[in-house]
Amino acid sequence: MHEILIRFLIGGVVVSVFAVIGDILKPKSFAGLFGAAPSVALATLGLTIVSEGAAYVALEARSMLAGAIAFLLYGSCVSWLMTRYKAGAAVVTLCAVPIWFGVSFALYFAWLR
Amino acid sequence: MQVHLDFSAAGETKWYEYAVRFMFGGLITAIAGVIAKTFGPVVGGLFLAFPAIFPASATLIEKHERRKARREGQKNAELSGRRAVAVDAAGAALGSVALFAFAFVVWQLEPLHSTWLVLPVATLGWISVSLLLWWVGDRLHTPGGNERSQNTETNEARPD
Repeated sequence: MHEILIRFLIGGVVVSVFAVIGDILKPKSFAGLFGAAPSVALATLGLTIVSEGAAYVALEARSMLAGAIAFLLYGSCVSWLMTRYKAGAAVVTLCAVPIWFGVSFALYFAWLR
Repeated sequence: MQVHLDFSAAGETKWYEYAVRFMFGGLITAIAGVIAKTFGPVVGGLFLAFPAIFPASATLIEKHERRKARREGQKNAELSGRRAVAVDAAGAALGSVALFAFAFVVWQLEPLHSTWLVLPVATLGWISVSLLLWWVGDRLHTPGGNERSQNTETNEARPD
């Protein structure tokens, strides 16, 4: 429980810092890069190395490759949907989340498992 | 187009909007840890690239851009908001390639070097790839380069 709380606090701080950097950077197309910043990874891997070791972290990083590919497709779909349909950002970004899950777990079963 | 800082944008964000992103960021980091403990690092690692705060950020961008467009008297504030989110999402898609580079560096270097060296190197790799991709994208979208881009920046319907 103690470790989860520490992860929550560090994750919240790191993600917020990247989000604020993304807010103040212009143009928006550049600031968007910070939407895919390795904020959760930076918050997680530092803690994981202490408790689990380097081999564990390397395995997590390898899986992160699949997550990043899924994020590429997720971001591209959101961008495409926002330009073509009148739905709001909340609806589109949340409805597109299954794309991330689908691609991630397809890659997991095809490559990582 | 030149990259610059606009601190007034931070002032537009309300305290509860920061709190929402803190909550999402903290939650997904904690959940990623729990998933890794329960299902192992191979499944847990996937969630290190989960779009944790992207929906919250995109919603804020849409709201801020709509408000700005209304303040400026633009007729189609809704369209401005959607376009801003589309540009942000396209940027995030590019950023995910840089995120891939970050993960690749950690995967390859972690077993050989200290984490306290690997993480800064991987972060530097992420920033470098991000800048390179954005620069290439900017060049491709603005034939004639920076000069033309700066001259037309105010005339184009770009949301920034």
